[in-house]
Amino acid sequence: MSLLIGCGNDAVENGANNNTDKEGIKVGINYELTGGVASYGQSSVDGILMAFDEINEAGGIDGKEIIPVVIDNKSESSEATSVATRLMTQEGVVMCLGPATSGNFMATIPVAQSNGIPVLSSSSTADVGVTIDADGNVYDYAFRLCFNDSFQGVTMANFALNNLNATKAVMITDTSSDYGKGLAKNFKETFEAAGGQLVAEEGYVKDDKDFNAILTSIRGKDFDVIFIPGYYQEAGLIIKQARDLGIDAPILGADGFDSPVLLELAGEEALTDVYFSNHYSSLDEDPLVQDFIASYKEKYGVEPNAFNALGYDLGKWAADAIKRAGSADPDAIRDALAETKGFEGVTGTFDMDENHNPVKSIVVIELKNGVQSSSIKVDPN
Amino acid sequence: MLTCFIATKGGATLDQFLQQIVNGVSLGSIYALVALGYTMVYGIIKLINFAHGDVYMVGAYVGFAVTTYLGLGFIPALIISMVTCAVLGMSIEKIAYKPLRNSTRIAVLITAIGVSLLLEYTMMYFVGPEVRSYPKLLSPKVFKFGNIIINMQQIYIVLTTIVLMIILQYVVNKTKVGKAMRAVSADKDAAQLMGIKVDNTISFTFAIGSALAGAGGVLVGIYYNSIDPLMGMMPGLKAFVAAVFGGIGSIPGAMIGGLSIGMLETLVSGYGNSMYRDAAVFAFLILILILKPSGLLGKNTKEKV
Repeated sequence: MSLLIGCGNDAVENGANNNTDKEGIKVGINYELTGGVASYGQSSVDGILMAFDEINEAGGIDGKEIIPVVIDNKSESSEATSVATRLMTQEGVVMCLGPATSGNFMATIPVAQSNGIPVLSSSSTADVGVTIDADGNVYDYAFRLCFNDSFQGVTMANFALNNLNATKAVMITDTSSDYGKGLAKNFKETFEAAGGQLVAEEGYVKDDKDFNAILTSIRGKDFDVIFIPGYYQEAGLIIKQARDLGIDAPILGADGFDSPVLLELAGEEALTDVYFSNHYSSLDEDPLVQDFIASYKEKYGVEPNAFNALGYDLGKWAADAIKRAGSADPDAIRDALAETKGFEGVTGTFDMDENHNPVKSIVVIELKNGVQSSSIKVDPN
Repeated sequence: MLTCFIATKGGATLDQFLQQIVNGVSLGSIYALVALGYTMVYGIIKLINFAHGDVYMVGAYVGFAVTTYLGLGFIPALIISMVTCAVLGMSIEKIAYKPLRNSTRIAVLITAIGVSLLLEYTMMYFVGPEVRSYPKLLSPKVFKFGNIIINMQQIYIVLTTIVLMIILQYVVNKTKVGKAMRAVSADKDAAQLMGIKVDNTISFTFAIGSALAGAGGVLVGIYYNSIDPLMGMMPGLKAFVAAVFGGIGSIPGAMIGGLSIGMLETLVSGYGNSMYRDAAVFAFLILILILKPSGLLGKNTKEKV
């Protein structure tokens, strides 16, 4: 940890020295390196730094090096705000990357707006508050690189209808999270609008362990798929108990399923005919993705996960915007970010829409005996 | 005849109902094991031991540790966990409750809440907040009766509960120490005058209650395959409702209460709305407290002033 902070400070000093001979462009990195969601933050930063290293090795942006200034926000939103303030007012960065979670990212938006410096998130998926406020007004300086939760709900509904030919679905929703409720709402709207029917809508709350009663009552009904908008901790148990009760219908979920714990909880046999949406799949045969996986393994010695891939794309996208802006002026960079067209990343090719959200493809991963057996790319609309 | 019946629509509903009974009995057995500890401790020192749900959590982690790291099977894991929890229960009583035995009841109650939080967050400090899963101890075999599915874990849960309850009934009603427990429960001072070692008897009661909670923890770990440091909170509260329903202080009452709460939860989730499950359990508690505060099998005692 202290090593990373140390790196950041060194980079700042180098940047100051370099100003005289070779100019550098400082980019703030405000991520969760310690605390509750440290694994998200660390994974993202690994990806970002790898992207910056590649760019600098290739000669930087028009001869200027990117200088990352890494500061830990301790997974706290108040700390995220003060880190953003420090980066923008004292370190003189041209843009800030991070934090990883929606709540922490939102805490940096007021700082970005008042200082006129763009903030970019790789993994904040909340529908409201990340790039638009509750009234639908766009935050001028906030951007994200990942799709939002409602898009996942819509995608999984279309996947059920078109790829699995489902007409009747059952939904078991995590009603204690905005994430679960948002996914459920969008799945339902899309599924019913296309003539599908939700034969049962059940709910649970975080930390529930017994789903046998719900599943037994579902078992008596006629349906084609089960959609579980929620996180791996409960979804793993629902899948296990459903399979134990002899329910073998396909089970659908979203990126909340993406954790090795899902396999531990559900067991290998239960995780068959399970599909979930995600930002990226290592099975994607696109050479861009396979090159990324190979060089990531070479650099860090492990397989990259979705957060690594999103971080890598964020680093590349930030550099691309600076290059297109033609200067290190934050407003020019902001305009370049908003005008992004056809950016090719490992998590998909995207354009920015008017709400500062990317219009990008989503990956639906199929699990067979607990391992990813295939992935399908679904384009928006 | 039976297959013909199952083939009809009425059969499907019956199957579903019987399957819900299986679910309810499995869940209720665990509540009953935990409720016994509440009721025994209350019976003997008139204390609602709120740390009891967390002893159950510790039991689950001990079972997890010995099965994962030592590779032991179900029965040794169950016994080690019960012994560890018995020692933990006695230590809690000696350290936290005994010095307060002559204080007000509210002081001891608040201490119990303190012990509960201490256990939860000490465990979280050592094992982290994330969920862990048990290794596979029992064969994944399932038994099918028509459309009714009973899995190995459910059979083990119900059998273990029945065996432990038979042993408990024997200890309480047929042994000398059981007699001492009943005597202390009836009148502590008189029992002491008759030469019964009250401190030892109270320790023993905590040991038995905690051992049963430990067994419950291991069974839950195997059944649901998911344990975490805060897993004792909700089942602890529900087992408390079960103990009150059965009549707090009554051992058969705790068994009936546990099974009833398990069935109630299952039927509300299965036939009503799954979101009202917890609300139904606690609404039920309020109803009991209004209509029959002494519970199903509790004694009506006048409060001595």
